[in-house]
Amino acid sequence: MPNIIKERGLADDDWKVLQLADNETPHSVRLPVGPLLVPVDVWRARKVELIHRNWEHGEPLGVWLAPNEGPETIAEELDDFTLIAVHFPKATDGRGYSTARLLRERYGYRGELRAFGDIGQDQIFFLSRVGFDSFVVKETGEDLAGVLSAFDSFPEAYQAAANQPVPLFRRRAL
Amino acid sequence: MYRYDSYDQSIVQARVTQFLDQTRRFLAGSLSDEEFRPLRLQNGLYVEKNGPMLRIAIPYGQVSATQLRKLAEITRRYDRGFGHFTTRQNIQLNWVQLAEVPEILAELAKVEMHAIQTSGSVLRNVTTDHLAGIAPDEIADPRPWAEILRQWSALHPEFAYLPRKFKIAISGATEDRAAIRVHDIGLQLARNEDGALGFRVFVGGGLGRTPLIGEELKAFLPWPHLLTYLESVLRVYNRYGRRDNLYKARIKILVQALGIREFARQVEEEWTYSKDGPATLTDAEVARVSGHFPAPEYETLPADDLCHLANLREDKAFARWVGRNVHVHKVPGYAAVTLSLKKPGRAPGDATAEQLEAVADLGERFSFGEVRVSHEQNLVLPDVPQRELYTVWHRAKAAGLATPTVGLLADMIVCPGGDFCELANARSIPVAQAVHERFDDLDYLHDIGELELNISGCVNGCAHHSIGHIGILGVDKNGEEWYQVSIGGSQGNAAAIGEVIGPAVAAAKVAEVVERLILAYLDLRHADERFIDTVRRLGQEPFRAAAYQTTPQSDTETRRLHYA
Repeated sequence: MPNIIKERGLADDDWKVLQLADNETPHSVRLPVGPLLVPVDVWRARKVELIHRNWEHGEPLGVWLAPNEGPETIAEELDDFTLIAVHFPKATDGRGYSTARLLRERYGYRGELRAFGDIGQDQIFFLSRVGFDSFVVKETGEDLAGVLSAFDSFPEAYQAAANQPVPLFRRRAL
Repeated sequence: MYRYDSYDQSIVQARVTQFLDQTRRFLAGSLSDEEFRPLRLQNGLYVEKNGPMLRIAIPYGQVSATQLRKLAEITRRYDRGFGHFTTRQNIQLNWVQLAEVPEILAELAKVEMHAIQTSGSVLRNVTTDHLAGIAPDEIADPRPWAEILRQWSALHPEFAYLPRKFKIAISGATEDRAAIRVHDIGLQLARNEDGALGFRVFVGGGLGRTPLIGEELKAFLPWPHLLTYLESVLRVYNRYGRRDNLYKARIKILVQALGIREFARQVEEEWTYSKDGPATLTDAEVARVSGHFPAPEYETLPADDLCHLANLREDKAFARWVGRNVHVHKVPGYAAVTLSLKKPGRAPGDATAEQLEAVADLGERFSFGEVRVSHEQNLVLPDVPQRELYTVWHRAKAAGLATPTVGLLADMIVCPGGDFCELANARSIPVAQAVHERFDDLDYLHDIGELELNISGCVNGCAHHSIGHIGILGVDKNGEEWYQVSIGGSQGNAAAIGEVIGPAVAAAKVAEVVERLILAYLDLRHADERFIDTVRRLGQEPFRAAAYQTTPQSDTETRRLHYA
């Protein structure tokens, strides 16, 4: 059962998240076939090879950012990726929320932006506010219905953010 | 005061529904303790010794008579008939049932109240001067700005999981009564040479384990930029604040690590992208929010009411109360009144349901229906005509709210401590009681004069012990309660962190040490010199010597003879 959510609905895809094991290095790690999300250091180390895979073999390419990896490092290369993902190892580490807003609002990334890790129903409203449009959630099965309804947790929001660049005070009926 | 429109109401309502569902899932076992924790904290719900504790927001300390009655009703229905006011102008209930909390929040929403972000690693309730809008030394009313910040901070999507809690205080007067220099961000309303309104911005103040006085981040921020600038500060903090160590996660540690200049540079750089963008505040919005804080319909009154003057002459007890608990008002013939929650024998800051209702009645009858909470844990009637002061005093006395000790040693700021709080290392309330017992003579208290005594049950410093003229901090020594004593701290414009005078003392000795410090002061003071001034003039040494002297002194006896 897929636990991927896109466009506010359940979705399925075969993106693989490449994570380095302790005995692997960015240079040595084997790149599996198929759509691949690589860590930033693998992207740095294997850029030519990864672009070749993408261009010659049509293998979709994405990159994922850890909480301490800001979007600055890939800001010039956004066009190289079909998917950018942000990892939330712990729900309470909120750095990825700033990462998302920067990608959308400052660097103009328009492609798919995915949140994965320790996230789900109780984070999805804010995650979608800051610009994520794709989610690998921790819920499964019947609980996924609750996740989908959480997009509408609040009817309005005060602040400007990626999904609503105009703050409520400029929209409020006077 | 600010009234919700349909947007505000629908957002608060949606929060109630969301938390009802989260609580239901937690009780059904589909949310773990760890998953539920940040969610309940963001709704003011702690798990404490006696069970859950609910902290209800009183945004910038302003509360209506209607809201006070609702709070009274809630404490009766869901708690044990009393609540505790905090140094951040909120109210805490100590005996709620977890399963009933969503219901309490629904009740609060009926009177435009909530518990959003009263705890957790988020933007907390914005606090301000309890004399906002009425103080003669006011540059501009901070309340509209505090409300604008309440809305901006409520459910901010980017800052829901900060490294640690984040507290903002704002002052609109020349004298800082909101302790802005010990907040993560302190905002001081100011006018530049051209008369334009803006803010002096301080950052990195805070108490707790590493008490620090905030440093100036920006000398003058024109008001339209308030939100974009604060958002830049918060973004730098969210991205670079430490997350590896709970005790080093506040913004003050980041500011210290980078240095104020480098921190300011990073904020400015971040700000270049959002400055003048859509989040720039508009005249229309400021006018809309300010329209919620009109001056009440004051009567034209003489500056001095003759009956009031007569009462002052004839009734010594009344005069004493007026001297301490009544404050100057910018409108002639009016005064602000502090209703003291420091009656000996009760936990400081506690109010019973009956008292909440009595305050609601007083507010409605004598102060245009509005009441304030001060960060010194008292309640304030902001707009009382002088001619009514005598009546207000009698009624306040009847309700146990007229202890005439505001600003004196007995007006202690005290956290709930080990009797209630899971974090505490030691109890605070019994220590406060012991001090009350030792200083039970009003003449003596008035002779000692202005003195701020703050008692915290642990290093988190909820009672702001670091900025008390005398600060008491409970520590745990091998399972026993001991107390560190510091002197020389101060809030306000001359904010300073107190210094510990020596080894911690046992619980039974705290009141005695306080008394020795006081006796040393009485001995050393110049005419009209406050305790804190004497400490500043002479330094710690004479006080340290007095506190730890080995020859027992019959302090209490001497004093009793003197004041008999």
